[in-house]
Amino acid sequence: MSTSLLVVLLIGVVAWLGASLGLASLFGVFLPYVAVIIFIAGVVWRMVYWSKSPVPFAIPTTGGQQASLEWIKQASLDNPSTKWGVVKRMFLEVFFFRSLFRNTYAEVREDGPRIVYFSSKWLWCFALLFHYCFLLVFIRHFRFFIDPVPACITFIEAVDGVLQIGAPRLYLTGVLLLTALLFLLGRRLFNERLRYLSLMNDYFPLLLIIALVLSGMSLRYFIKTDIASVKAFTMGLVTFQPVGAEVTKNIGSLFFVHLTYLSVLLMYFPFSKLMHAPGVFFSPTRNLPNNTRAVHHENPWNDRNAPFTTYAEYEDTFRDVMVEAGLPVEKQPDAGDKE
Amino acid sequence: MATLPTPQQLIASRPAFPKENWMDIKPDFKPGSFCYPAQKQTMELLHMPNPHEWNPADEDWNLPENWEQILIDAFEERLKKHRSLKLFMDICVRCGACADKCHFFLGTNDPKNMPVMRAELLRSLYRKDHTMLGKILGKKVGARGWDKDVVKELFSYAYQCTECRRCSLYCPYGIDTAEITAIVRELLHEVGLGIHWIMDPVKNCNITGNHLGIKPHSFVEIVEMLADDCEEVCGIRPKTPFNEKGHEILFITPSGDVFADPGVYTFMGYLMLFHELGLDYTLSTYASEGGNFGSFTTFNMAKKLNAKMYAEAERLGSKWILGGECGHMWRVINQYMDTYNGPAPAHMMDVPTSPITGTQFTNAKSTKMVHITEFTADLIKHNKLKLDPSRNDHLITTFHDSCNPARGMGLLDEPRAVLKAVCNNFVEMPEKTIREHTFCCGAGSGLNTEEIMELRMRSGMPRGNALRYVQQKYGVNHMACVCAIDRATLPPLANYWAPGVSVSGVHELVANALVMTGEKKRTMDLRQEDLPNVDGGDE
Ligand code: SF4
Ligand code: SF4
Repeated sequence: MSTSLLVVLLIGVVAWLGASLGLASLFGVFLPYVAVIIFIAGVVWRMVYWSKSPVPFAIPTTGGQQASLEWIKQASLDNPSTKWGVVKRMFLEVFFFRSLFRNTYAEVREDGPRIVYFSSKWLWCFALLFHYCFLLVFIRHFRFFIDPVPACITFIEAVDGVLQIGAPRLYLTGVLLLTALLFLLGRRLFNERLRYLSLMNDYFPLLLIIALVLSGMSLRYFIKTDIASVKAFTMGLVTFQPVGAEVTKNIGSLFFVHLTYLSVLLMYFPFSKLMHAPGVFFSPTRNLPNNTRAVHHENPWNDRNAPFTTYAEYEDTFRDVMVEAGLPVEKQPDAGDKE
Repeated sequence: MATLPTPQQLIASRPAFPKENWMDIKPDFKPGSFCYPAQKQTMELLHMPNPHEWNPADEDWNLPENWEQILIDAFEERLKKHRSLKLFMDICVRCGACADKCHFFLGTNDPKNMPVMRAELLRSLYRKDHTMLGKILGKKVGARGWDKDVVKELFSYAYQCTECRRCSLYCPYGIDTAEITAIVRELLHEVGLGIHWIMDPVKNCNITGNHLGIKPHSFVEIVEMLADDCEEVCGIRPKTPFNEKGHEILFITPSGDVFADPGVYTFMGYLMLFHELGLDYTLSTYASEGGNFGSFTTFNMAKKLNAKMYAEAERLGSKWILGGECGHMWRVINQYMDTYNGPAPAHMMDVPTSPITGTQFTNAKSTKMVHITEFTADLIKHNKLKLDPSRNDHLITTFHDSCNPARGMGLLDEPRAVLKAVCNNFVEMPEKTIREHTFCCGAGSGLNTEEIMELRMRSGMPRGNALRYVQQKYGVNHMACVCAIDRATLPPLANYWAPGVSVSGVHELVANALVMTGEKKRTMDLRQEDLPNVDGGDE
């Protein structure tokens, strides 16, 4: 945790100093371009790496009643037997975190002794909140990338700012995003089980995103910067015509800190657990139908001619006792074998 | 076997989480904490790689000289063969949702028994060799290299996982620690490490056709004796067809049910049911094992043992295969058999069809293998069985879903439909411990061995606890299941956590309730115990 915090702070300080020392184009232009390239190439590279290995066996985790006799109701969402069923299962998994929704918390008590199961939807709730708010905040940022700003984005902003607190108006998603992040961090710090298994690999992305959000919020609410210049700057980036120092000098260093955090996140993504996002689509315990008794599933490295003990070998070993026990045999024992 | 601590002592003795980082804690092999090693001779017979003498309690495990390279190569090969492995290594976010889903963790409070940590044991090695950040930053980002203690640690925790897949149900990405455990066990086999309780049955099955090593003549003899017992109970001696060609159905069930109490009563149940139906079937001594301990060692071994089923169906000309009550057997049949050894022999029926009701089992169209509770539930639905459930009235029964049929198949309502038709008193255990949420018996995947009895009682605690709950609340005195391993593991578990609860297969209860044509008045159940609820039974 502390190492991750240090690294994240360091990234911020370096970006701040860099931007202040006139290296704005390094942190504002070069780095983002590199980051996007690494991100895209890295994600594709990892997905190709996964795809290179076959799926030898169809091993869906069945979460309910199978399709069997027609009068028995199949749990078609949790134990699909068709491709369409799998699409529905994956949809619920990806958009509503259905498996996480099942979560319980088990506690062993020494009275009895007994186990008590508590419904535990907190992780599900905050994980969902985090992902959706992150998505909305991301979409909101399109106002900086598209000119003129599309109506749907203006609409999202209007809904997001519905509380009408402060000027500029407080965005709900930003606050919820930060809350969710703090919850996710808090459980790693205060839950004994989580604390024991958490690695730098877990703290670093969390703290990085928190830093990204905090720097973004500061830009909006506290250390305001010249929005028109920012927009000119980002438009330059997306149209591949980066603007020069005449614009960047109007933009505060904090903006470059924000942009650097984003760039680091993008570059870190393909090499980290964040790959769970594309990964979930590849998961053979979720993305296959449970129809392996009805439809053949082929394993490319299956050895058709692998040896096993054949009946003939078996009978050769046991022929005499088999005959004695009155079992039918393929080959009668040789007369010579008998006394 | 050492005497067990009381349940209270057992739970009170769960240690707190250690202070040190998990990488700095070495595995501890004290008696009772590990399964006995496989014998060198057994491993040789099976042509397993690097067979050698060793003992987990020893400092030196006599690993082959180039053990590290063997393991690195084997791991690499598995990554190339299984997309699941690459993915599960890459995408875990350590959210901890799976942490308290594992019965081993609940029973031991050992952090490395949290499924996510069990996977981290391997993932840390993966990071070092297969990820960029791991290569550069090492331990800082949870990466580590191989050493002999790591091998020991992998062994310890791969055999404290029953491959039950409960963790996988709750994981937002479906990460299946059972899959990881299966692959770790494969890796360990590459350097000659396996356990006796698994490898011995594998060897037996390979030679004699069944795990228990029962030779053909003894197999027949035992089944004949069971048929005699049936006659004792109902006055009718069911037929016992063996290795006969030209029958419609080949029946295959775990050999444990031919041999061990209380499984034998389930087997008697099958014999009586088939006799009453006049079913055109045969048993086989060659394919006399439904279970597959090979599936607890390597994928190839599982395939090898499974191959006999189709080979025998082909030789005997059976139209389809009916499979008995067993857990891991059905994981193999449902998710692997067709891929391993399919497609089924060409002469088999297009769609397995019940000769009694005409129902087509379309869900088994390709494997041609039907689960006995699918078959019986269908019979009952079509009123083809005359049943007197009151004969089971002295039982208040609950049902234990075995992990594999629950989470590797989804066989949940079929056995319930059968049970409810043959028992008047049926009670479910708490919601979070049944159906897809079910807890393992604590000793599946080849861990049903005596030497780790205390560990088994720990890992069986969630199941035992749920059982005691319904025992106290509803007076439950019986637990039915559809698994031969359960029939071996649940009696000691019930004895420990909920004394007074008996255990049986579903078809034992079916046969108790089954009114057979021409039977004598039943005064005892299949266990030859007096039936208290029979009219005039008290005379
Ligand atoms: S639930 Fe899945 S993602 Fe979360 S810690 Fe467990 S294995 Fe990892
Ligand atoms: S498969 Fe079962 S025993 Fe293994 S880690 Fe997961 S929950 Fe535990």
